[in-house]
Amino acid sequence: MNNQDDIILRTENLTKRYGGVHALEEANFTLKKGEHVAIVGDNGAGKSTFVRQITGVEQPTSGDIFFEGKRVEFSSPLEAREAGIESVFQDLALCNDLDVPSNLFLGREELLFKFGPFSILDEKKMMQKAKAVLERTAIKIPNLSNHVGDMSGGQRQCVAISRSASFASKLIIMDEPTAALGVQETTQVENIIRGLKEQGVPLILISHNLRQVFNLVDKIWVFRRGRIVGEVIAAETDGNEIVSMITGMQGGVHEKASYI
Amino acid sequence: MFKRENLPAEASIFAVFVGIAVLFEVLGWAFVGKSFLGNVQRLEIIILQVSIFGIIAVGVTQVIITSGIDLSGGAVLALSAMVAASFAQSVDAFAPIFPQFLGLPIIIPIAVGLAVGAACGWINGAITAYTGIPPFIATLGMLVTARAVAVIYTKGQPVYSLSDSFTAIGSGAWPVLVFFVVAVIFHLILKHTVYGKHTYAIGSNEKAARVAGINVRRHKIMVYTIAGALSGLAGVVMCSRATIAQSGMGTMYELDAISAVVIGGTSLFGGRGRISGTVIGVCILGVITSGFTFLRIDFYYQEIVKGMIIVGAVMLDQRRQAKQRSRA
Repeated sequence: MNNQDDIILRTENLTKRYGGVHALEEANFTLKKGEHVAIVGDNGAGKSTFVRQITGVEQPTSGDIFFEGKRVEFSSPLEAREAGIESVFQDLALCNDLDVPSNLFLGREELLFKFGPFSILDEKKMMQKAKAVLERTAIKIPNLSNHVGDMSGGQRQCVAISRSASFASKLIIMDEPTAALGVQETTQVENIIRGLKEQGVPLILISHNLRQVFNLVDKIWVFRRGRIVGEVIAAETDGNEIVSMITGMQGGVHEKASYI
Repeated sequence: MFKRENLPAEASIFAVFVGIAVLFEVLGWAFVGKSFLGNVQRLEIIILQVSIFGIIAVGVTQVIITSGIDLSGGAVLALSAMVAASFAQSVDAFAPIFPQFLGLPIIIPIAVGLAVGAACGWINGAITAYTGIPPFIATLGMLVTARAVAVIYTKGQPVYSLSDSFTAIGSGAWPVLVFFVVAVIFHLILKHTVYGKHTYAIGSNEKAARVAGINVRRHKIMVYTIAGALSGLAGVVMCSRATIAQSGMGTMYELDAISAVVIGGTSLFGGRGRISGTVIGVCILGVITSGFTFLRIDFYYQEIVKGMIIVGAVMLDQRRQAKQRSRA
């Protein structure tokens, strides 16, 4: 099944160096349509560096990125976004002083009347759409007209994720989406991710939480010291094997490791 | 029971406004033996006085919402007034600036004044957006430069003998009407248009705005250009009312405008604020000025009180911001 048409994202020998530091070395990565994968690895393994290259935040030192079969060079996050790659950043990138619909539709507002920058907003339509989107995610936000800055971390995270999920994006990347969340909020975010799977939206998940990774994704990519050291089907492996790959040490000494 | 959170943000500022007015009324009866508010003529003078810097404040509100600042309002007012007036001299003007341009239809000086203001604002915006120079410095440079150009323009001479049709637009209640219309228009624009939404977004989180696809540079230039054009409009109205243009016009108006904006609840951190608040802030400053004169208290005490009110307003804003940060 390694048909070219089946692959949404592919990198070829993707390399990033910061001066003498080899943050990412010849990463060859593929993602199929509708596939959910996780990227795991220790701190400094190159996970975030990898994501920064494919989302246009940084430009690779060498190597190529192919998105939907075409070679792409994103010079900014905006270009990647326009191509259909949505990322949920760790710092969320929300406007705290705006309400939920304004955040969801920022930069692509629904209009009542078109007149350049002075186009009139269709606030009713945006509110209705926002309600519908958040209903699907089953997140409870009592009043969508409240400023996002006045909401809890979980609610904010769900707004950020819903924004990515609510637009016809071709690929969603989430960097530690539940790192700062409570149990209930984590469950809600995980439900959103499952919903994306059902809709066939491909996803790259970066997470330190291996249990979450096993719960959510089809395939796990393991990074170590800037290199991809493994690509395993989630159903065919276990926490021990993954941890061995992350640390580079063999042996079943990881049962009591608290991150499994 | 009604909760404080359910009231519009302007309610508390309006309460302060009413409180100050009532205070002067009481002090008036106690010390001068006259009513402060009972004098219609005084109220008219208050509103006329504040209208000019009020027009500037409408533009400054938008700049501050993007978390910028515009210090050039008063100087741009003077330059715009000088240039506009030079195109508004009557046919019988003595030693006119442009002998070939006398008795022009008033639309020309008005358009020229707005254009000069807009050009100054555009320069402010372009410097801020493209060089990374803080708006405080960029607009401070414009404050000094525009005032100097206003002097050089006529070699220091005032421009007078303005045509009757031009001075008519500053007469009577016209300045108030212009201020009111400008305020209403921009209140609605900020609230209901893409321009407004993006203005708040940039002030709230510039990086998020950029990632969301907003052309932040272009938008900032637009905001500063609008602020400049409004200063230009204030210049046109002011010289038409005074029937003369002088390079020293509108000195310190930028500070009155900024004060009104801050008192009106617009956050210096950006992202928050409304024109309706600014209008109340403008009225508060007007009442204070008029009230002190009414009580025959020295001008400098009035400045002290204004200074304290501004600092108090910023302190309130900081506390509000800190509260929000601790919750988020």
